[in-house]
Amino acid sequence: MESIVDREDGLNLKATELRLGLPGREESEKETMASFKNNKRASPESAVADGSKGDFDAGDGDRETAPVAKAQVVGWPPIRSYRKNNFQPKKAEGEAGMYVKVSMDGAPYLRKIDLKVYQCYPELLKALENMFKLTIGVYSEREGYKGSEYAPTYEDKDGDWMLVGDVPWEMFMSSCKRLRIMKGSEARGLGCGV
Amino acid sequence: MAKSFPEEVLEHVFSFITSDSDRNAVSLVCKSWYEIERWCRKRVFVGNCYAVSPRILTRRFPEVRSVEIKGKPHFADFNLVPEGWGGCVYPWISAMAGAYPWLEEIRLKRMVVSDEALELISTSFCNFKVLVLSSCEGFSTDGLASIAANCRKLRELDLRESEVDDLSGHWLSHFPDTWTSLVSLNIACLGSEVSFSALERLVARSPNLRTLRLNRAVSLEKLHNLLCRAPQLVEFGTGAYSSELRPDVFSNLAGAFSGCKQLKGLSGFWDLVPAYLPAIYLTCSGLTSLNLSYATIQSPDLVKLVSQCRNLQRLWVLDYIEDIGLDALAASCKDLQELRVFPSDPYVVDPNVSLTERGLVAVSEGCPKLQSVLYFCRQMSNAALVAIARNRPNLVCFRLCIIEPRAPDYLTLEPLDAGFGAIVEHCKELRRLSLSGLLTDRVFEYIGTRGRKLEMLSIAFAGDSDLGLHHVLSGCESLRKLEIRDCPFGDKALLANAAKLETMRSLWMSSCSVSFGACKLLGQKLPRLNVEVIDERGSPYSRPESCLVEKLYIYRTVAGPRIDMPPFVWTIDEDAALR
Repeated sequence: MESIVDREDGLNLKATELRLGLPGREESEKETMASFKNNKRASPESAVADGSKGDFDAGDGDRETAPVAKAQVVGWPPIRSYRKNNFQPKKAEGEAGMYVKVSMDGAPYLRKIDLKVYQCYPELLKALENMFKLTIGVYSEREGYKGSEYAPTYEDKDGDWMLVGDVPWEMFMSSCKRLRIMKGSEARGLGCGV
Repeated sequence: MAKSFPEEVLEHVFSFITSDSDRNAVSLVCKSWYEIERWCRKRVFVGNCYAVSPRILTRRFPEVRSVEIKGKPHFADFNLVPEGWGGCVYPWISAMAGAYPWLEEIRLKRMVVSDEALELISTSFCNFKVLVLSSCEGFSTDGLASIAANCRKLRELDLRESEVDDLSGHWLSHFPDTWTSLVSLNIACLGSEVSFSALERLVARSPNLRTLRLNRAVSLEKLHNLLCRAPQLVEFGTGAYSSELRPDVFSNLAGAFSGCKQLKGLSGFWDLVPAYLPAIYLTCSGLTSLNLSYATIQSPDLVKLVSQCRNLQRLWVLDYIEDIGLDALAASCKDLQELRVFPSDPYVVDPNVSLTERGLVAVSEGCPKLQSVLYFCRQMSNAALVAIARNRPNLVCFRLCIIEPRAPDYLTLEPLDAGFGAIVEHCKELRRLSLSGLLTDRVFEYIGTRGRKLEMLSIAFAGDSDLGLHHVLSGCESLRKLEIRDCPFGDKALLANAAKLETMRSLWMSSCSVSFGACKLLGQKLPRLNVEVIDERGSPYSRPESCLVEKLYIYRTVAGPRIDMPPFVWTIDEDAALR
């Protein structure tokens, strides 16, 4: 699985960057065309022998042996998001990402992030900070995100706007429909003793 | 000679010419034909919303009644086009609101449609009849409420696979009680529940209703209420097709289905429970179209169902059907024209079902009318592809997705060049092709020389060098759309075939080996192309020219560079050299 570091900025650049190797392999980015020709595919024998068909680099220490979910390449296999969202596969493993829209007050266009990439609130907040180049700060139950002029909020299943961080992460994951980073006085209002 | 024919006569003759390409040809004959034709063209198709501007459209064709516009490139379906890229429809609606007060139909695909745009539509066109939003986004149920409230003559509202901000189901109640002209309603993509009683009343007062596709939230027990009120239905999409088995519910449902004697198409079937499948058995012999692609039932139930659908022409299904189910399909459905098999669990490495190349070969053998295939599987062989090609030279659309990128022929471990080569050789009418598996430059040589009617080609994780791309761009006389991802194709092939790009609608390349320098050259040399560099790492101008671009979208245009680009898109124009 790709390390948390790769996903930190939330953009999952590693999956979309130009890579001259098989998906999932952590190859050097400086490969030239010439070396691409040589490295591009494992030789047929080794592909069959290790059964991985190139998902994971043989040198990668944390390779799993059980039937694995693939390291996901963006947009592959080519299945429309509509279909992915509508259809729940029987296994929870390796399911498609959970993309939600993120708006920020004052920004001209929205972004989208995959919530499944994060394991906890600090990771999510860090990603949002990176994505929008701002500081959200630390959550506290009493004071919300005091010290920052931004407050991350989300719309839950009932259509209500909630402060990010109040409920356990799993509950948040299952109820979050979209995110909005509030700014200024509106944000401060949410943090203080609401 | 042209003057001896009164304009009215020519106009009358032209009214029998409906296809866009014929109309375009007519307009090129001479100036007076151009003038007559443009005044009487009623239907316009804009394949790329940035290839032409709203103003150019409305200036040339003043009497348009029906417009179809497409926005984002196809790979946007797979999240390869960043959010905010473009494709906003508002400028088009705004221009048409002024120019086409009598506009009746708007069909949009992959466009960003805001609630404001929907509201403008609802208030600008008093004769508005048809709205189709296919894979669109950017609007909420508030926008739908405007359409419902204001479009008194609406016949068709089709939200096909759009992403709708589903605020509530109330919008449906905005349709006035006096409105009875509904012919087609597709709300399958909506998440939240619409008011069922409003839906019931709507169906009851729509005698012309032919197509009704419900969303998942409509429960199975309620279906018979709707079906009984609309026995004239031709196409029906259920909601979630699951419930505890109760004899009264079952018999109501079966009775209602059997009352729909005109039913030709069924879809929906989310969460399908096999116990309720027999309720539709009586409709099977009349069915020509069946979409079971959300139905998570296993092969034996699928076989039982499909074997009864002797007149089936189109089947969309999950790979739960397995090879054994496809054998049954091949044996029973001799009229089959289109087959799509979707993966039930695409993200695991090992196959979870027994669906292989054998199933597709069987269908290609047994179904003489098969023209269109979309097939996801985990193994393929050259032998199978050759067999398919030989069996079905009448294929028009062949899209194969072997789930593992660069998977070789599983029997010989060779590339699948020969197999796909056979496809393009035998299937002389092939218009659309999607490749997958292990492929070298050789397959592109075959495609370039033999794919004479090929209009759309999708390539992923294939090829060895620029030669592959060169084969395609220097051949494929009919090529209109080319989309490529993760292939070692770069500058040389693009620059050597730059002129070809003006004969195509568009080229998409992502995660390939094209340098920014080459993009600049293309943009400077070919002013009638928009060369868009999409790069979320920041300005390509801040890096050396030899750096590779993330994504490239090139399309021909008469509208010049677009002005609505987000910060991560750069259009190269003649001024690029100055920066």
